[in-house]
Amino acid sequence: MALQVPDDCRYADSHEYVRPEGELVRVGVSAFAVDQLGDIVFVELPEPGSVLERGSSFGTVESVKAVEELYAPISGTVELRNEAVLSSPEELQNDPYGEGWLLLVRPSDPAQLDDLLQPASYRSKLEGS
Amino acid sequence: MAESLKRTPLNGACRAAGARMVPFEGWEMPVQFQGLVQEHRAVRERCGVFDISHMGVLRLRGDGAKDALQALVPSDLFRIGPGEATYTVLLNEAGGIRDDLIVYDRGRPEDTDGARDELLLIINAGCAEADTAWLRQNLEPAGLVISDRKADGVLLALQGPEAIGRLEALAAVDLSGLPRFAHRTFTLAGSAAAEAAGASAFVARTGYTGEDGVELLLDRAAGCALWAQLLAEGVVPCGLGARDTLRLEAAMHLYGSDMDSSTTPLEAALGWLVHLEMPASFIGREVLERQSAEGVSRRLVGLKLQGRAIARHGYPVLRQGQVVGEVTSGTWSPTLGEAIALAYVPADSTRPGTELAVEIRGKAEPAMVVKRPFYRRA
Repeated sequence: MALQVPDDCRYADSHEYVRPEGELVRVGVSAFAVDQLGDIVFVELPEPGSVLERGSSFGTVESVKAVEELYAPISGTVELRNEAVLSSPEELQNDPYGEGWLLLVRPSDPAQLDDLLQPASYRSKLEGS
Repeated sequence: MAESLKRTPLNGACRAAGARMVPFEGWEMPVQFQGLVQEHRAVRERCGVFDISHMGVLRLRGDGAKDALQALVPSDLFRIGPGEATYTVLLNEAGGIRDDLIVYDRGRPEDTDGARDELLLIINAGCAEADTAWLRQNLEPAGLVISDRKADGVLLALQGPEAIGRLEALAAVDLSGLPRFAHRTFTLAGSAAAEAAGASAFVARTGYTGEDGVELLLDRAAGCALWAQLLAEGVVPCGLGARDTLRLEAAMHLYGSDMDSSTTPLEAALGWLVHLEMPASFIGREVLERQSAEGVSRRLVGLKLQGRAIARHGYPVLRQGQVVGEVTSGTWSPTLGEAIALAYVPADSTRPGTELAVEIRGKAEPAMVVKRPFYRRA
């Protein structure tokens, strides 16, 4: 099964994606990571106003099989979190790039976006794994 | 170490069916096929099939086989007769559990000239080597012959409310006279695939899912053919992931997680396996008698978590902020839609309704002691 890697996102090595939306970015986890986890039952996310530091853990995704930390792909402040995904974690499973987004973040250093993987690079990373 | 993993005869067939393979107790086994929850539901609602060929099957033969084995287990083996089976545990001198197993009384099969008793033992893959050595050490002096009954054969678990009907229709066998824990050797017929037709199968109405169903032991060719045919007819292949959530909902123990050589059956809430009223002595009996008289200091209980986070193996159990115990198994129950766990807690905290907490990633998550099993089929 070919897993989606949308062209309008940038990707972290730890499989989080960042989608620029004006001054803000939307953060979620890639379809590949979701597939690896399997049946997701629980998502933990920081409150709006929390400060994210690139590379630091900001939450967890738990599946029946395993629990995985989420790592901030970019530094910034949480503007909004997806409350729907907290109460219905299957949203993340079903639509990781759409209804299953996690955070809306105001980046403190938008230049960090350039350090993330381009879709083509992320795709080849997945193919090599 | 991946190259040293053992493979069951169904390894290739599992991969072809989309399995994600993982190392498990020295074997490369499917953890899931299409999806854990999907497989779990198939077994609860219809029927699923598991490759459990990694498990050990030992044959004990000799006059007085039961008397000899009785010295190693706390359950009265004379409560079962030919064609019946019992779940029990092998104990060490300290009353600790060496392994859990099912003992099948085969009576005096014809191919032993009716002269010798036969028992079959289905044991855990991870304990197979140690169990075999332990049984040889203790039973060979009594004249028993111990052999590997599985060799390169296939062990399947066909589980779910439709399991019996599916097998009856497929292999033209009548399982109506086979109550729970009964077993018999059948000849597969009917529309069974060429390699399976005419094959003899050891069929037991046992399982590890909390559903009705059977476990089957067949030779390699027949086992592979039956697996292929079941899948072709829409029976859902299931992996170790679903096997774990199913057994945990049914509060069936996993050896190595919920019990081991340092826990006694009384501590592991397996008191129903301990028959101290029988006169026979068995290894570990003194310890169990003492525990039975004085009470145990800790015992395995079922927990339900208030939140969605899963209490996993090794997480601390808290009472009023103090660590008092440890989680041994935990999952998200697909059937109940709740997080459930098994945990050792102090004897005074075992009553259903007792409010405890489990420390999950630094947070005390409220949990309550509940009756086991978490799920019981209607």
